[in-house]
Amino acid sequence: MGVTYASPLPLIAVLLPALAALAVLVSRERYRNARDSWSTLTAIVMVAVIAAMLPEVLDGRVPQTTIVEITPGIDVALRADAAGMIFALLASSLWVLASVYAVGYMRAEHEHKQTRFFVAFALSIGAATGVAFAANLFTFVLFYELLTLFTYPLVTHRETDEAIRAGRRYLTYTLSGGVLLIGGTAWVHMLDIDGTFAAGGILDGNGLSTATTWGLLALLIGGVGVKSAVMPLHGWLPGAMVAPTPVSALLHAVAVVKAGVFGMVRMIVFVFGADLLREMDASTLIAILAAITLLVGSALAIRHDNLKRRLAYSTISHLSYIVLGLALLGPIALVGALLHIVGHGVTKITLFFVAGAINARTHKENVSQLDGIGRQMPITMAAFTLASLSMAGIPPFVLFTSKFYLGWGAAQVDQQLYLVVYLISGVLAAAYLFPIVYRAFWRRSNDHPRYGEADLRMVVPLALTAVLALVLGVFPDTPFSFFELASNIAEATYGTGSAVAGGGG
Amino acid sequence: MGLSAAASVWALVHVLDDGPLTYNLGGWAPPVGIEYVVDLVAAFVATIVTTVSTLVLIATRRWAIREAGDRLGSFYGLVMLLLAGLVGMVVTGDLFNLFVFIEISSLAAYALVFLGGRGGMIAGFRYLILGSIGGSFYLLGVGFLYFTTGTLNMAETHEILSADASARSVQAGAAFIFVGLGLKMALVPLHLWLPDAYTFAPSSVNSLIAPVMTKVGAYAMMRMFLSVFPTGYLTDVVPVADALLVLGLVGIVFGAVVAMSQTDIRRMLAYSSISQLSLIAVGIGLGTPLGMVAALLHVMNHAVMKAALFLAAGSIRYSTGITTVDGVSGLGRTMPLTMIAFALGAIAMVGIPPMAGFFSKWYAVQAGVEADQWAVVAVVLVSSLLSAVYLFRILERAYLHPVQPEPAHGPQGDNAFGETAAQIATEEPAVESPLDVVLPAVALGLAALALGIANSWIVTQILEPGV
Repeated sequence: MGVTYASPLPLIAVLLPALAALAVLVSRERYRNARDSWSTLTAIVMVAVIAAMLPEVLDGRVPQTTIVEITPGIDVALRADAAGMIFALLASSLWVLASVYAVGYMRAEHEHKQTRFFVAFALSIGAATGVAFAANLFTFVLFYELLTLFTYPLVTHRETDEAIRAGRRYLTYTLSGGVLLIGGTAWVHMLDIDGTFAAGGILDGNGLSTATTWGLLALLIGGVGVKSAVMPLHGWLPGAMVAPTPVSALLHAVAVVKAGVFGMVRMIVFVFGADLLREMDASTLIAILAAITLLVGSALAIRHDNLKRRLAYSTISHLSYIVLGLALLGPIALVGALLHIVGHGVTKITLFFVAGAINARTHKENVSQLDGIGRQMPITMAAFTLASLSMAGIPPFVLFTSKFYLGWGAAQVDQQLYLVVYLISGVLAAAYLFPIVYRAFWRRSNDHPRYGEADLRMVVPLALTAVLALVLGVFPDTPFSFFELASNIAEATYGTGSAVAGGGG
Repeated sequence: MGLSAAASVWALVHVLDDGPLTYNLGGWAPPVGIEYVVDLVAAFVATIVTTVSTLVLIATRRWAIREAGDRLGSFYGLVMLLLAGLVGMVVTGDLFNLFVFIEISSLAAYALVFLGGRGGMIAGFRYLILGSIGGSFYLLGVGFLYFTTGTLNMAETHEILSADASARSVQAGAAFIFVGLGLKMALVPLHLWLPDAYTFAPSSVNSLIAPVMTKVGAYAMMRMFLSVFPTGYLTDVVPVADALLVLGLVGIVFGAVVAMSQTDIRRMLAYSSISQLSLIAVGIGLGTPLGMVAALLHVMNHAVMKAALFLAAGSIRYSTGITTVDGVSGLGRTMPLTMIAFALGAIAMVGIPPMAGFFSKWYAVQAGVEADQWAVVAVVLVSSLLSAVYLFRILERAYLHPVQPEPAHGPQGDNAFGETAAQIATEEPAVESPLDVVLPAVALGLAALALGIANSWIVTQILEPGV
């Protein structure tokens, strides 16, 4: 994956949100306008910092900051490689919009303890960026655990009994996952393997016994499996919906679950490597679990009347699109999986933004209450429609592109069964989202009063992300060359012969 | 204490540069007289004991004035005796002298626990009985060794036993010493004295004995492994190491599970101590250098974290009279600094990287993998979840629950505490403690972070050469 060179930029990118958190903390409730602009300003600077590294990374030069030798032989190091760039660019650019949205939402809802909220929000983004840029297993675990810690106050923000219960569940699941990761990481180091991520894997060729490899697989893949909500490790996710909507958007589209699937990318592609997984036949196991999650998640989504819960199950299902794509162990499926991280992030955040805007404006949270809402909040519901089309994989939206690659990838490795799974799930996505669009625009409601659009600070971000879902589908390299980054990773992993940039698309 | 801490730091720096210091008490040469040896490990532990207790003494000054009343002079006399005993245990190179210091510190500790009113009397008496039994066991063990070796000097004992340790009396000695020191380090099932002693002792006392006292017991156990018995003797010939390992594993889970069900904060922290001390026992019991590193690192980390937690608990009690887990509701708002100290200590204890507690567990897990002891790996990992359960319980209440309607103040608020309860009642409810109380607590919490980040240096420079 190219040459590394020392650069402070990855560290700056990770520290910027912490700085924002500090500024928010100092401004407190008293200077709320100042406080609320810090996040957005920092987010913009952060996008600029990360984007500044992009040309170098595309040239195959990887900026790296080595911070400190934390324990003998192990550095805490940040490295902005292509995979990290994809996740970091996604997280930081969506943070810009999410922070604007959050201000509108929190004020409209008159939420309490907004300072704590924005502090934890910023810190979570910082931790997610740390996960993205982690150069080795140890650093990854470090930020992964911090992410758990910083998101806990967000999940429990409402401080109701339900929120506290959800918080406990969240901690139980994610800390358990963290513990598995810690165990796995300690083990890898005891085998005298340097934990620095490398495309193609680091475990292969160390003469590990089958038992050891399976043990490591259970610990490491199991550990990241929790946050990627692969069944049966998904139990925390629907409950965490009790959090304020900007949090759900952040958790489900950007930071936490994407940190989970990003962890899957790291483990499958950069730690175990395709050869080892194929040899052990472990990829089949992962693929089967993911395929089950994919179908069951979509099917469960149809059943739920609560809009946010429906979206939560949809998230569970879409995460497994990515996990399955990785487990197929082919270059095209890998490109599809990486694009799906981006595409799902942009699309799902739109859906959550819409759910939050509806809730803030009308206090409705169930699908069955949404009859006729499209006439009253046309822009919001138009955005919802665009995002639904994308979720269902209708061309030319971004999730069509990624699903196309995923399906092609399945065919490429002769796993037509999974191609069918992808297709069925696409239909199911239409089944749980299109009825909402239908209700909103075609059904008439006679009971509720007239509502207008929500606060501009909510409407503008959600419109932008909806448009982005379309733009990324047509031009996957705008604005941040996601496609090129993804194909660079596939090339580095599976060799140059597998270049996909030229074909199709 | 400040002076003593400075002396320890100086000694640590000195040992780092020049190797072990020795001092022959009274000018008698080692085999005859009593020798004091400060090698890296001793200097390390002495530094921890003195530094942590200096901070604790600063923080607890106000409490001591209230709790000891007229007897403040004798209170501080006892405290100094306690600490002198502990430091003595660390630096001594003589088996019998170690017993003397054990008794000095223990006697002072019994007396201090007695200060805690009626509950303290009973707890202290129990502590006294069990502690004396432990001391006697140790002494018996030393006696058995003396039969064979004819010396009490540790280094010489080591030499003689390395040449020939086949005698029955050596085995008996090892077994007695193990039981005696096991009791001092509150190894399950010899832990019975600890929960009551920590709960009923005055806050100024338990903040002091909880972080440092049992650690020194653990340190004495390590000494036996490192510099008294021949290498491998306690692992291969007498199964002390296996016993430590098994009892430690049981203790980790037992302490944590019992801690979950406690309603009194101090009692919860006491059981947590049992769990954490068992981790140290497991580290020693693995019998490998890496296990020993994990144990020593945890001696330091746990001292710092537990001091922060106990100081925070004491601060809550002094400001509000609250001692129960339920009572902390809403304190995150009314006592922000105290709760920050508590939160830092708790997060470190759970072992979120890069806090200190994470690294003790990290090395313990690595040592477990290295020694193929998968039970250790599993229990250590699970223990961090268990401690999350009992510690996040407090954080959840403090930060997420609303402030409780006025808790019961006045004399009935704390009946373990007899004469000073009325004084507690005169305090304003739920206001932050004075800065000289909370700043040391916060400093200890931040130290738990700093020590986590600096662990690489500590491990490579001090612990690895030391063991």
